[in-house]
Amino acid sequence: MPVVLENLGKRFGDGAPVLDDVNANIASGEFVALLGASGCGKSTLLNIMAGLELPTSGALEVPSDGAAFMFQDAALFPWLTARENIELALQLRGVGKAARKAKAQELLELVHLGGAGDKRPHELSGGMRQRVSLARSLAQDRQLLLMDEPFAALDAITRDLLHDELERIWKETGRTIVFVTHNVREAVRLGQRVLLLSSRPGRVVEEWAVTEEHRTDAGLAGQLTGVITARLREEIRRHAK
Amino acid sequence: MPNNPTPLAESSPVVEPDPVPQAGVQSESRHIHAALTRTSTGHEDLRELESGLDSLQSDAVRKARIDWSRILLPVAALVVLVLVWQFYVSLGVKRRDLVPGPLDVLGQVGILWGEGKLQEAVWTSLQRGLVGFLISVAIATPVGLLLAQVAPLRRAFGPLISGLQVLPSVAWVPAAIIWFGLTDATVYFVVFMGAIPSIINGLISGVDQIPPQYRRVGTVLGANRLQMALQIVLPAALPGYLGGLKQGWAFSWRSLMAAEIIAVGGTIGFGLGSLLDQGRILSDMTVVMSAILLILGVGILIELLVFAPIEKRLLRSRGLLSGSTR
Repeated sequence: MPVVLENLGKRFGDGAPVLDDVNANIASGEFVALLGASGCGKSTLLNIMAGLELPTSGALEVPSDGAAFMFQDAALFPWLTARENIELALQLRGVGKAARKAKAQELLELVHLGGAGDKRPHELSGGMRQRVSLARSLAQDRQLLLMDEPFAALDAITRDLLHDELERIWKETGRTIVFVTHNVREAVRLGQRVLLLSSRPGRVVEEWAVTEEHRTDAGLAGQLTGVITARLREEIRRHAK
Repeated sequence: MPNNPTPLAESSPVVEPDPVPQAGVQSESRHIHAALTRTSTGHEDLRELESGLDSLQSDAVRKARIDWSRILLPVAALVVLVLVWQFYVSLGVKRRDLVPGPLDVLGQVGILWGEGKLQEAVWTSLQRGLVGFLISVAIATPVGLLLAQVAPLRRAFGPLISGLQVLPSVAWVPAAIIWFGLTDATVYFVVFMGAIPSIINGLISGVDQIPPQYRRVGTVLGANRLQMALQIVLPAALPGYLGGLKQGWAFSWRSLMAAEIIAVGGTIGFGLGSLLDQGRILSDMTVVMSAILLILGVGILIELLVFAPIEKRLLRSRGLLSGSTR
């Protein structure tokens, strides 16, 4: 079990709790989609798992070497080329100079950007930037990869392709992925399991398994999407005044 | 940025109208590729689709040409100004020795060149200005980085540094003369007091403008404090830092001129400021004008030959130049 969350709670200052009694187990190599409406503390939960924030109550178990993190915007450094961005991640991990070069090229090839390594971030399209960002988070070489709505800002065509791409890379690298999204279709498209987080306070209220069948059968996938959407709306309606 | 960045007001379109398909439709919809399922048919297909999309979404490389307007327009502006000057002089409103014409000044420059005075003055001042500036950079950069990164230090010394930038460095000349006498130390001291605070301030404001995301990425990637400062904060702050350097150079050059005009004699060599002061003593307006134009010319040359190319490269490499009037 690379990730175990037990009765996890988080509040900022004296405010209402953002997360309350979150329980989840994520197995090694699993792809979990964390779904919820805005303000459900998805990002806070991810930050806690990444060690960027501390929980106020409960316990969590994450891999001791920490987690790789992918942000909503690619967050590439504009003064470095695509390759140098990846190399920086390797360097900060302590990889030697010669090994860095080979590894960076390998990662660029993995995200199908072998020929664009010397471009600057501003010369790349949104989708390409996000792939470089993915390669950089893979360069961190952590078993656990946390993704905070990484495709939310992309156009629909690019996003569909990146879903395929991410699935392929997940299978090739065997990472454990926690993917935060507020898009039900995206959660069903990518996750092996979809966890629904309630809003204010955030808590895992229900989970669904997504099988290989759902990956090829649009009808089945659509049905599950409908079920999850209905449950999500119920959760949102609860907050109506 | 711990919270979900999506504002609450936009939470309604989260759920897209995606009806549950009816039971009868379901069997027919098998093997239909919608966005809900895999959309590509294999590794090669995916690679091809992506490379197609990449080329559609990337701009074609534009070839850089020499833009003649960049050279011709400033030259034309200069010619117009000189003509206006000549026209004003030829009107004869003021006595010729009070307002010399362009040709008189040019003649004086020729004489100064022949005497070797011009070369000596420019070289002395330029050398001092550059040495003073470089030492200022070497002092101000670590200090600025330290102030920007360590909050208590910043709170303690920030106001003082900002204040020093406002204080005209000429104000230090009398003190410097009393402390160091008429030596080069006086000149350098005044240059330092002008340049160092403005470089520190430029660096600090550059650091303040770094998107907070960069630091978070640095933390996630496992950068320690030193790596964060040198590999993330400093390069991210480079545009602001360069602005500080430009201003620092301007302050160095101005302070130097002020020091040279006021402190003459002793072991202080003969610089452009000294030339200007000599012109005043001799009441020779052509010398005064020559000196002013030389001081201006050196400033423009340094900007054109040193700072402009560096700045242009820096901004272009970060994609910050498109649409600007540079």
